Amino acid sequence: MKKLIGLAAAFTLASSISGFAFEPTNPECIAPANPGGGWDFTCRQVGKTMQDLDLVPGTVQVTNLAGGGGGVAYAEVANKRADDNNLIVAASSATATRLAQGAYPGNTMDEMRWLGAVGADYGIVAVAADSEINTLPELMDKIKADATSVSIAGGSAVGGWDHLKVLLAAKKSGIDDVRTIKYVAFDGGGEAVTQLLAGSVQAFTGDASEAKGFVDSGDIKVIAVLAPERLEGDFSSFPTAKEQGIDVIGANWRGFYGPGKMSEEAYDFWTDAIAKTYASDEWKEAMAQNGLAPLDMTGDEFQAFVADSVANITDLSKQIGLIQ
Amino acid sequence: MDVLASLADGFAIALTWENLGLALLGCFLGTIIGALPGLGPSNGVAILIPLAFTLGLPPTPALILLTSVYYGAMYGGRISSILLNIPGDEPALMTTLDGYPMARQGRAGEALALSGIASFVGAFFATWGLVFLAPQLVRVALLFGPAEYFALFTLAFATLGGIASRNQAKAAFAAALGLGIATIGVDGQTGVPRFSFGEVHLYDGIDFLVAIVGLFALSEVFVFLESHRGDADAAADKMKIGRVIPSLNILRRTTGAMSRSTVIGFICGVLPGAGASLGSFMAYSLEKRVSDKNKTFGTGDPRGIAAPEAGNNAAAGGALVPMLALGVPGSGTTAVLLAMLLALNITPGPLLFQQNPDVVWGLIAALFIGNVMLLLMNIPLVSLFVRVLLIPPKYLMPAVAMISFVGIYGISGSTFDLMVMVGFGVIGWVLRKLDVPLVPVILGVLLGDQMEKNLRRAMTISDGDWTALFASPLAIGLWAFAIIGFVAPILFGRFFRMKHREEDVGD
Repeated sequence: MKKLIGLAAAFTLASSISGFAFEPTNPECIAPANPGGGWDFTCRQVGKTMQDLDLVPGTVQVTNLAGGGGGVAYAEVANKRADDNNLIVAASSATATRLAQGAYPGNTMDEMRWLGAVGADYGIVAVAADSEINTLPELMDKIKADATSVSIAGGSAVGGWDHLKVLLAAKKSGIDDVRTIKYVAFDGGGEAVTQLLAGSVQAFTGDASEAKGFVDSGDIKVIAVLAPERLEGDFSSFPTAKEQGIDVIGANWRGFYGPGKMSEEAYDFWTDAIAKTYASDEWKEAMAQNGLAPLDMTGDEFQAFVADSVANITDLSKQIGLIQ
Repeated sequence: MDVLASLADGFAIALTWENLGLALLGCFLGTIIGALPGLGPSNGVAILIPLAFTLGLPPTPALILLTSVYYGAMYGGRISSILLNIPGDEPALMTTLDGYPMARQGRAGEALALSGIASFVGAFFATWGLVFLAPQLVRVALLFGPAEYFALFTLAFATLGGIASRNQAKAAFAAALGLGIATIGVDGQTGVPRFSFGEVHLYDGIDFLVAIVGLFALSEVFVFLESHRGDADAAADKMKIGRVIPSLNILRRTTGAMSRSTVIGFICGVLPGAGASLGSFMAYSLEKRVSDKNKTFGTGDPRGIAAPEAGNNAAAGGALVPMLALGVPGSGTTAVLLAMLLALNITPGPLLFQQNPDVVWGLIAALFIGNVMLLLMNIPLVSLFVRVLLIPPKYLMPAVAMISFVGIYGISGSTFDLMVMVGFGVIGWVLRKLDVPLVPVILGVLLGDQMEKNLRRAMTISDGDWTALFASPLAIGLWAFAIIGFVAPILFGRFFRMKHREEDVGD
């Protein structure tokens, strides 16, 4: 019954909004993970904002298509829904990481249209509030002296983005064999932070948004932000890695791709909708609340950006021996 | 007291007609979602998030709606466990052990009503625990590192013996099968896929909901198809409903089970990563150890229903502790609720109580209200639910098959999962033929995955030093219980032959 009302509302709205050659009839956002994660958040929050701004008719239906670290959704869209104009899919650095490492067997980034980014979650490295370590170089020195004395917890699997960020920083600070670094994989950033508080591990690598609640409460100490410049708001007091002489940037961008054979009109519609969402005050507020930093890119520029980051990660993964 | 004043404020927020209506809606939808095989609390909440958005609800009413669904699903899961021997969701797994035998004895109504009351008791006291103990309990969660988690899951496995079968070897085989299934997928500590055969759908492992629905629901359908039962047999098989209000005597007998299970369940719920399944399992196995003097557990003992139901509902309340006090989800469902908070621009974390007291206390008040509503709704509905038993199997079984397929496809949207489910249905059918209990298989999948992960984490942190597993007093304590739990039945067990779970397992 509710669905029917929603559908009816969608149709009346659809007829009242116009201006584009294309208008999605049943806008859908695939979150390639179970509810509760970053991709799910991206779909739901952006979908809600698009709905609030009347950019799309009715509601954006969020579909959770979990599996294979996004690979199931990727294959599904590439194989079965390649010409679906109503569809966008949430993506992030993790998508690029897996594409780079060949973890989506048989799929490449060229099979999709990369639509746009809606912000970036910069990486942070943190320690417990009462830790003797205060800076990123101090942490790296400790690892250099005795790699077994420091365990670093993160929310992604080994080889995932949380892991790679630390390895990047370690490489820049002169640790040659980054494979000696002890990385402990947990099920998500929240569990990893909890283990930092519990004292099981010495450091945490994750995204700024994952750590925000704990930073506000003073339970953890952020020793480096992996951003080009200091972040705004609550995180402005934390130094970047660059300031500390370790020139590394770890941005977990969040954005969307669409099916590779979507029509040009649909492509224009979605890139425009994402750009308008990004520019809105509602989205700015959501970004501030969630510790997302600006990253404004749509269309060709975004496509090039993703291609670039896939190439970089491929390079890094080869260097550290994750892939041949 | 401050806490009580805050709670009163919370009630002031929650007690509006709008919020009460949302709570009622949430409880009703949740009960149905929980009862349908395949749809559990986390999917239920996720499915209803768009509804909350569409209605344009502000944070507090949205949370009230969704947590009512959460509690409702925890209540609802027991219904199909008891009536059909098919767990509606994974925490309701243990309820099949005594619930279904009771229903077969013609006491379905009693079993449903009793489990409803046990659910209420578990959830009610867990919510009080949330009110008074949340800040202190967070420290308990922080005592658990990977080594302690590993010891906890080992404890769970050590008490597994004899839970579901008179044949220990078959139960052990079933658990080992579950452990094996749990290793499928990408291994987080090395990033290497295991047993996935290059199939991307298997990278995240086997979803245990798919396994449960296949093993229990579909295999039931297969058994039915095989037996070609027509109307004549069905009539003979027709069950009596029995009384729908449990006698005072039974309530008195189960009081101890409920209170012990509430405590155990609540503690399991508080630990992130353990959750309601562990809560109901530990509650059942502990209760069996404590009070199964006459070896009636597994044959329709009311205490075997009261314990897991109180346990899993207490765990549902407990899982809100780390969510509200740390911003860390204690279960799949709280992960979804957390995402909902984020989408409503509320930052979860240690400061949530200070920064958004209206949300937190409104939510807690709503839990109390929802819980009372669920009890009031569930008891009269018992007589409606039990009518499911009056449906002849030739109509019921196709419906079960349909709901299973729709439910699983609705969650994952992938046909691959449907095939996995059918595969599990066949495995379940074969296992039933061989008289191998199914419950330990699921426990192996549910607990084995976490057990392995935490062992690997502990080993990474300690550089492979095994003594790290016994380094803390808490770990040693858990190990001691695990060893006692494992050895004691072997020493004493030979004197008492373990009672069989129920007669229908084999044939």
